[in-house]
Parts: sequence; C-alpha cells; structure tokens
Amino acid sequence: MAEVLVLVEAANGSLKKSTLELLTAARTLGEPSAVVIGAPGTAAALKDKLAEYGAAKVYVAESEEIDAYLVAPKAEVLAQIAKDAEPAAILVASNAENKEVAARTAFKLDSGFLADAVEITAEGSAKQSIFGGAVTVTSRVAKGVPVISLRANSVSAAPAPGTAEEVSVPVSLSEGAKAAKLLERVEEAKGSRPSLQDASVIVSGGRGVGSAENFSVVENVADSIGAAVGASRAATDAGWVPHQMQVGQTGVTVSPQLYIALGISGAIQHRAGMQTSKTIVAVNKDPEAPIFELADFGVVGDLFTVAPQLAEEVAKRKG
Amino acid sequence: MNIVVLMKQVPDTYAERKLNPADNTLDRDASDAVINEIDEYAIEEGLLLKEAHGGEVTILTMGPDRATESLRKALSMGADKAVHVVDDALHGSCAITTAKVLAKALATIEYDLVIAGSEATDSRLSVVPALLAEALGVPQLSGARKVQVEGSTVTIERSTDTGYDRVEGATPAVISVVEKINEPRYPSFKGIMAAKSKPVQSLSLADLGMSPDEVGLGASTTTVESFQEAPPRSAGTIVKDEGNGGVAIAEFLASKKLI
Ligand SMILES: Cc1cc2nc3c(=O)[nH]c(=O)nc-3n(C[C@H](O)[C@H](O)[C@H](O)COP(=O)(O)OP(=O)(O)OC[C@H]3O[C@@H](n4cnc5c(N)ncnc54)[C@H](O)[C@@H]3O)c2cc1C
Ligand SMILES: Nc1ncnc2c1ncn2[C@@H]1O[C@H](COP(=O)(O)O)[C@@H](O)[C@H]1O
Repeated sequence: MAEVLVLVEAANGSLKKSTLELLTAARTLGEPSAVVIGAPGTAAALKDKLAEYGAAKVYVAESEEIDAYLVAPKAEVLAQIAKDAEPAAILVASNAENKEVAARTAFKLDSGFLADAVEITAEGSAKQSIFGGAVTVTSRVAKGVPVISLRANSVSAAPAPGTAEEVSVPVSLSEGAKAAKLLERVEEAKGSRPSLQDASVIVSGGRGVGSAENFSVVENVADSIGAAVGASRAATDAGWVPHQMQVGQTGVTVSPQLYIALGISGAIQHRAGMQTSKTIVAVNKDPEAPIFELADFGVVGDLFTVAPQLAEEVAKRKG
Repeated sequence: MNIVVLMKQVPDTYAERKLNPADNTLDRDASDAVINEIDEYAIEEGLLLKEAHGGEVTILTMGPDRATESLRKALSMGADKAVHVVDDALHGSCAITTAKVLAKALATIEYDLVIAGSEATDSRLSVVPALLAEALGVPQLSGARKVQVEGSTVTIERSTDTGYDRVEGATPAVISVVEKINEPRYPSFKGIMAAKSKPVQSLSLADLGMSPDEVGLGASTTTVESFQEAPPRSAGTIVKDEGNGGVAIAEFLASKKLI
C-alpha cells in the first residue's frame, strides 16, 4: 500500500489532536507514516500514540538545529524524506507555519500544494471551502506528490493499530536552511484551556465585552462547555486579551463544531476566520449586527445577562 | 535601503466573489478590485523604513491590466515607482508559479528588502512570501508584527499561536507583515497628484526571459476540477432576550447535542 507522510506536531510532549486527525485522514489514501522533525528526544514520547493511530513507520529526524531556524529546516528535511519514500501524499495540519513548510516542500519536490482542505478523497484530491464558505471546490495537484494541509476538525480522529517502525533520518541542514535564525521564543499568557487551532468549541468575545476584567464573562461560558476562548480584533487591539486569541482573516482561522460570538458585530474580516464553523450562536444587543446573518441561533440582548445565564444553565445540565 | 513591496490586487471582499465556470479560476471582472488590505500595511511599513533609513520604495505586482489602478494608489501613498508584471499567459498561475515570476521580476530590481502582506484575501494561502524566500534563497521573515533594521540585520517579531518568535536574518530578505504592525496612511492630495507622474514599468514574460508554457493555467501545479456553490446557510432562529436568552441557547445546544 502506498505510503502517506504525516507531519507530526506535539506540544508539551503529547501529540496534537490535529496530528491524530491527519493520521486518520491519511488512511483513506494509503498507509500513514509519521514524520517527526524536532529536537533530539521528541519522537520517543510520541511513538505509542502514533502506533495507536495507525502509523506504520515513524521517520525520526532529530537535531538541535531544527528549532534554531524558521520553517526552512522542516521543509528541507520533509522534502528529503519524500524524495526517498516517494509517498502518495504529504499531509500537514493547517496553520500558518505548516502551510509555509508545506508550500516550500512542494516547491522543492516540483509538485503542488493544496491549502486548507476540509476533506481528502481516496484519489488524493482535496475539497476546499472558499469565499467564506460560499463555494466548495475540488482540487488536485497536477504533478508530483500532492502536499495538502488539512483544517482541524475536518475528520474525527479514530484509532487503528500500526507498527510504528522507527526509521532514523540523519539531519544535515544546508546553509540556505539556516538563513532565518530563531533568537527567542516568547510565550505570552496561555491558560489551561484548549488551543483555538484544535478546539471543537470556541467562545469568543468582542468590543461589546468592554474590558479585560469583563472577559471573565466569556471565559466562564467557555469553561462551562470546555471550550477555547477567542476574540475579535477590537478586543485584542484594546489589549483585553492577547493577540493570539484573535479569530479572523489575520488571526486564526477556525472551523469548530460550535462557535459562540458574544458582543461581536461580525465584520467581514472576523467572519473570514469563523464562517465555516458548523454551528454558530451569537449574542448581540443590536438586532442589525451582521453576525446574525450567519447565526444558527441568535439572541438579541445584553451579553452580561445572557452569557452568565448560559454558563449557569450548561453547568446545571451537566449536573 | 531599497525596498520592494509586493502588492496584489484582489476582488473587494465586501462584494460577491465568483469563479468563472469556463476554467474554474477567479472571475476578476465580476467585482470591484482593490489593494489586498494587508498589503497596505506592507506598503506603510516600506514607507516607514524608507523614512528611517533612506532609499526607494518600489511596488511590485503581478496581475491583469487593471492592477495599474491599485499601483497608482500605492504610489499616491508615497512609493517611488512601480513594476507591473502583466501578460495574458499568466492567467491561472498557481502560488508556486507566482513566486517564480516574482523572483524573476526581482532580479531586474535592486533591493535589500522585500515586504509582502501575510495573506491575500482571494487566495487565503499565506504562502507566497515563504515561496519567494525559497525561490530567491534568502531569509524568510514572515508573519511580522514588528520589524527592526540595523545595517544588514533584520529582526522581526513573528506572531505565533502562543506568543511571538524573535527571528533574525541578513538582507536581502523577504518579510511579510500582519495588520498589527502599523496603521496605513491615506494618500494626500499632493500624493495623488504626484503619483500621476511616477514611473510604472510593465514587464512581459518575454522581458523576464520566461516562456508562456512555464506559467498560467497549463503549468499550474494545482487544478480546480469542479466547484459547487455551498447550499445557502438556512436562516437561523433569532430571538429577543426576554429574560431567558441564556436558557434558550442552552436548549438549542442540547437539541443539537452540542452540550
Ligand atoms: C487588514 C484588517 C484585518 C483585520 N483582521 C481581523 C481579524 O482577523 N479578526 C477580527 O475580528 N477583526 C479583524 N479586523 C477588524 C474588523 O474590521 C472589525 O473592526 C472587528 O472585527 C470588530 O470587532 P468587534 O465585532 O468586537 O467590534 P464592533 O464591530 O465594535 O462590534 C461590537 C458589537 O458588540 C455589540 N455589543 C456591545 N455591547 C454589548 C452588550 N452589552 N451585549 C451584547 N452585545 C453588545 C455591539 O452591538 C456590536 O455589534 C481587521 C481589519 C483590517 C482592516
Ligand atoms: N500576484 C501577486 N503580485 C504581487 N504580490 C503578490 C501576488 N500574490 C501574492 N502576493 C503577495 O504575497 C502575499 C500573500 O499572498 P498569498 O500567499 O496568496 O496569501 C500578499 O499579501 C502579497 O503581498
């Protein structure tokens, strides 16, 4: 069976949910091979879980140098593995960095890159949702190995045993891959909530929330459902929450099962990042707010009364 | 320091956008065309760097004839000149080809920095700057919310999921910027008048030493096989809060098995 390379991502020593989704999606195309590119020791902690989700092989490309430079090393190593393995496809999870890695890999392989797939077919073509969800296109890569980035929450991860046979890959980076040097990685506020990228439920607050302190209203709803917290640019610009929480065209693009917008008007740039959410709920005191055009369920009212009641009701129903 | 800013003309996001059923490419005539919003931030950053370090700002675009309107607007903001890669054969080019063409065009310009936007609103790819760095073999400094230049060293703050990365590279380099970086200026009346006489150079594929079969739909590394309009979102239920809005949402979520 054809091999399908899956770029592995982990945080704090455990696999990201999106990697499990990729391994699941890869099985429709062939046999998944996990590719771990990172600092020495990264793969060891991940192997069991990779086996559980069907990885037949685990390529281990470990070097201190990988994380010392931006993007280019990963593309170089991934392309090198692909040249030897001749896989049926290469899959990565859609996020800013992976898309850059994937595109540069496709460039090196003289193939093509399909971004933000919401479905991958057995023939290796991809469905993409464009123009804010108004149109769905089916695309394929015209030559060479298709490199595809898959949006989080597009498939549900399902285990299937694999042998996870380890293949060690020597890393020796070209000078060109060391052009953009990572000086420092700064972590800004990050709580225990799920990350926006992976979350299946997101509760976001906008200018209507009014202040940093008031954001607890949004957080309480999120915590009642076990959701990630997002925000509009108005809220991140005001400094109420860190900019990483921005959902939208220039923030994170999300596609969760459920998106709850509190005090967000629904500007086109915000919609661009959340429009393909499966179910959308909005609370806004302005009945004319454009967010209601998208909402499956909307409440015209004051978020400061509606949101706490929602959090309480959810908690009650959970018992 | 000479700076090239990459500007793409895109259909206005506020208007309805369409694909052309004849070849499944973006119908660029169906709607108003504007400067890709984030590219205005790239232009502003170019102008700010020029004001701090001297040199010239050149706007580079690859796009159809009508992109000249957007080039004039960029020139009216204060850029010095523009280069327009325009050739019918380019229609339908994929991101990889776009990067190759832009790289060829850059070979005709003297530059220390290339500044792009982080994402075009039509393609929503966010990969052309990375591909261009790959094609040119220069540092990729993308996703910048802050740019600092000292001599030939460029340092950026790259926005990440959990904070930011400080990344450094030597010129020549490709930067892409996010909208946190600055506030683009409006063209002044004087700027608009001055823009009319600023040089705009057109380059054809032949000028770049490329042949039509290297670009366009035929050479595209990706193909759109088909497209469907998504069924319109069925109108949702909108209720006015009469004191039980929160409970009503919970009931809706429960009915959808979301809680
Ligand atoms: C290049 C560019 C990129 C951008 N990228 C993004 C992006 O990625 N993400 C993004 O979000 N924006 C982005 N924007 C900004 C976008 O245009 C809007 O300005 C922003 O989304 C507005 O945020 P908001 O809805 O919170 O604020 P507003 O538009 O001010 O809306 C606030 C809403 O809250 C409601 N409200 C107020 N008080 C209450 C209350 N007590 N109870 C209930 N409702 C209340 C109001 O009725 C109003 O509808 C971008 C803009 C540009 C130019
Ligand atoms: N045809 C083009 N001409 C000039 N610049 C472009 C072109 N396509 C993309 N860019 C630049 O690359 C950035 C990212 O585009 P994209 O990768 O398509 O999302 C844009 O914001 C532009 O700055």
